[in-house]
Amino acid sequence: MKHRISALLLGTALALAAGGALAQDKNVKIGVLTDNSGLYSDLGGAGSTLAAQMAIEDSGLAAKGWKIDLVSADHQNKPDIGTTVARQWIDVEKVDIFVDVLNSGVALAVNNLVKEKNAIMINTGAATSDLTNAQCSPNTIHWVYDTYMLANSTGQALVKAGGDTWYFLTADYAFGHALERDTAAVVVKSGGKVIGTVRHPLNSSDFSSFLLQAQASKAKIIGMANAGGDTTNTIKQAAEFGIVSGGQKLAGLLLFINDVHSLGLKVAQGLNFTETFYWDLNDGTRAFSKRFSERMKNKAMPSMVQAGVYSGLIHYFKTIDAMGGNPHDGVKVVAKMKEAPTDDPLFGKGTIRADGRKLHPAYLFEVKKPSESKGPWDYYKLVGTTPADQAFRPLSESACPLVKK
Amino acid sequence: MQALYAQLLVGLINGSFYALLSLGLAVIFGMLNIINFAHGALYMMGAFCAYFLLNVAGIGYWPALIIAPIVVGIFGMILERTMLQWLAGLDHLYGLLLTFGIALIVQGVFQNYFGSSGLPYAIPDELKGGMNLGFMFLPIYRGWVVVFSLVVCIATWYLIEKTRLGANLRAATENPTLVRAFGINVPRMITLTYGLGVGLAALAGVLSAPINQVRPLMGADLIIVVFAVVVIGGMGSIMGSIITGFALGVIEGLTKYFYPEASNTVVFVLMVLVLLVKPTGLTGRAA
Amino acid sequence: MSALTDDTLPTSPRAIRDEMIVFAAMAVLLGMVPATGIYPFFVMQALCFALLACAFNLLIGYGGLLSFGHAMFLGTAGYISAHALKVWGVTPELGILAGVVGAAALSVVTGFISIRRQGIYFSMITLALSQLLYFIYLQTPFTHGEDGIQGIPQGHLFGVFNLTNPTVLYYVVLAGFLGGFLLIYRTINSPFGEVLKAIRENEPRAISLGYKTDQYKLLAFILSGTIAGFAGSLKVFVAQNASLTDVHWTMSGEIVLMTLVGGLGTVFGPVVGAFVIIAMQQYLAGFGQWVTVIQGVIFVACVLTFRRGVIGEIAHYFRRTL
Repeated sequence: MKHRISALLLGTALALAAGGALAQDKNVKIGVLTDNSGLYSDLGGAGSTLAAQMAIEDSGLAAKGWKIDLVSADHQNKPDIGTTVARQWIDVEKVDIFVDVLNSGVALAVNNLVKEKNAIMINTGAATSDLTNAQCSPNTIHWVYDTYMLANSTGQALVKAGGDTWYFLTADYAFGHALERDTAAVVVKSGGKVIGTVRHPLNSSDFSSFLLQAQASKAKIIGMANAGGDTTNTIKQAAEFGIVSGGQKLAGLLLFINDVHSLGLKVAQGLNFTETFYWDLNDGTRAFSKRFSERMKNKAMPSMVQAGVYSGLIHYFKTIDAMGGNPHDGVKVVAKMKEAPTDDPLFGKGTIRADGRKLHPAYLFEVKKPSESKGPWDYYKLVGTTPADQAFRPLSESACPLVKK
Repeated sequence: MQALYAQLLVGLINGSFYALLSLGLAVIFGMLNIINFAHGALYMMGAFCAYFLLNVAGIGYWPALIIAPIVVGIFGMILERTMLQWLAGLDHLYGLLLTFGIALIVQGVFQNYFGSSGLPYAIPDELKGGMNLGFMFLPIYRGWVVVFSLVVCIATWYLIEKTRLGANLRAATENPTLVRAFGINVPRMITLTYGLGVGLAALAGVLSAPINQVRPLMGADLIIVVFAVVVIGGMGSIMGSIITGFALGVIEGLTKYFYPEASNTVVFVLMVLVLLVKPTGLTGRAA
Repeated sequence: MSALTDDTLPTSPRAIRDEMIVFAAMAVLLGMVPATGIYPFFVMQALCFALLACAFNLLIGYGGLLSFGHAMFLGTAGYISAHALKVWGVTPELGILAGVVGAAALSVVTGFISIRRQGIYFSMITLALSQLLYFIYLQTPFTHGEDGIQGIPQGHLFGVFNLTNPTVLYYVVLAGFLGGFLLIYRTINSPFGEVLKAIRENEPRAISLGYKTDQYKLLAFILSGTIAGFAGSLKVFVAQNASLTDVHWTMSGEIVLMTLVGGLGTVFGPVVGAFVIIAMQQYLAGFGQWVTVIQGVIFVACVLTFRRGVIGEIAHYFRRTL
């Protein structure tokens, strides 16, 4: 009996000691894995690292005895380099959490690794909706947007606004096909009609022939199921062929504020597309964006990817602070993050779903005319809002094994 | 049928870029025996140069058509003087590798300073708008591109094939020692020729600035297509590269009409076919 | 036209002895890596690229043919292996075999087309062919476009070696690398290799001596492409993904760069070059935005001042072949 009591005491003491040690481990390491030199460097890149830095400063955790380190690397848009860096970060540098990770190929590769090693990824950059669907993971949260949401919100809102005939200009590869398929489904469901589609090869420099076909179709909306340079060149050449001035509307299915900035309002005016963050939405976003832009080399406003890095990390910091220490256990922390509602000045109030999908409203914007804009970066008019619970893929359609049905 | 005419015309427009670029490559190859892998990067520099002339110095499109090729051409001549000339007498492949390295540097530096999404450049006011040809809406600017590049191509052909300067050039390619004996400064001529070829690339860049987004990587993929054009045409004659350039543009345009999915690969498929039938290319001499 | 590699001394017994010593030293050093605490995944990746560069070097260094499209073999084998492992669920050895056979078949076709021209034309044709293939892979559904094939199971090689264990995987990759390396080495020093060198030095003369030079070049091309494919299949087990970057032309450029840095036409140069470039990429990943610029500077510096490459310069200094 005495033995048993002492054993019990010893056990309790050990448990307490372990708990204490756990509570005292207030070290966190954050890895910003992004594209610093390539196609998407404006979208994430140095701005994402800055956003992470600002999240660390604003969290106030340093004053509470936390030690937070930040590393960043350029994955050069190569899944190989991305995984090698990520693996080394986890094994050697003991990185707890990955943010940004734009480029779908890299994101899916890192997603597998993070799951295997029980780390965390808050993905704010990749477009693929697979991250929370077939390839969902208990270690990953997909924060800002995905292809399903973009297609859903843009398609729905535009049909509602009277754009009921669509013609698609689609980049001829898996990504473009997925965007087209998802959007077309929404358009038909909302009562619209798809009257044609043309597939163009990736990285075309000339879109005039495709635009001529779209023009001849007389569709009210030309949906651009492509990305990056293909989209900006399409928009530019559409202006040249007088498509928008001829009464047809261009809808971008994957487009960011940086693209509008680089196109200029003269060319981009009248363009419709969806984002989940815009710097000029409310006082909270304006205050953050002003601070952000002052610290950027080129004074750029934050993109939604960069804003997502900030917002995601703020929620992560809140969670681990409430846990009293860093357990270095990805599944456990992500589960806690899913329990608590999110709230930050950039994306407002929101929740994280079982499949790892962060929910918040989606905004359909129209690009202003040059005469309406008050200055640089004043680009958008808010046209419509899709509420958080309707913007993303419903759980009933989900193929994610984490979703209990 | 109307749509077909439209596609043919659009193809001709793209062909003018292929023609200008492959012409520049042919001029450089003829004189320096170098395949200029940096051609795409220099094309991009031409477009950026036009952007800066407009936004920094307030110099518009028309002067830029002359100034940008000269500025980039001078940059090219510096490259030739400081680097390329040391490769004379070495295997041609070293020229390819060196210019590949230069292309990486130039594109990387521009990417760092100007980001990846690029910069806007508007169509000059004089060429805005379009006309209705009955079968298509032709933006005036596109029409201008075709006409202007045809003129430039033919002028270059005339300069090299029909003038005394061109005769000297061609002679110097055949036998530099002999030409030097006639008191002609061959190294300077080589430098100027490289400048001319580079200038043509930059000119193509300025022409494309109002159509394509001015991006650091705008020439990176284009150069491979132009290489295929060069393989198809062979580099035997100046006229050969001009005609192949335009012809390829038209064929690409037709593909966009009949089978758009293949429009990026059709050039390469043609290249394979030509190689199987006539390995030296359509107009080429043996390498 | 001066040859790409200068003063290659005829292979003497002494040279072969030197090379065997270096090879043994390399094998032992690489074999000790897991014990040193050096990060094994980095070395594995470098080994795959080293084998790839060696295969490329066989073509340029001994056949005088600069292929600017070798990424197509790497990527093709990678995609086929990845697809076989993940979708068909075959064993690792069959997955590798499938990839290698695919690369071999591709090299037969592309070789037949591209050896019709020489010199820079050959380079441009291989570049164009690889770009053609890039577009095909981009559009065919089995490659999953930009997403790539992800989460490839590693499995048990021959049912025995558990490839999910990093140390086991390391030795398997090392064995694959050493095997491929020896095969190339054997080829270079065979009568076949001697004929290749003769063609490189003076093709008309080789023809006049009665050699069907096109057949020799085609054979060298196929061998090179097949071994490059083998490297691609091995890499699938290390990276556990297959993506478009492996077929993009920038990858072909990197292969050229590795070989150039190490030394064109040297036996060990490509290995050294691959380690230098891969290490640089990893290091620069944290360094920021200057990766392509630095690669370009290395290209330019090598061509202008350092044409023999690291190993070539050392060998030249000691008047040996390495």
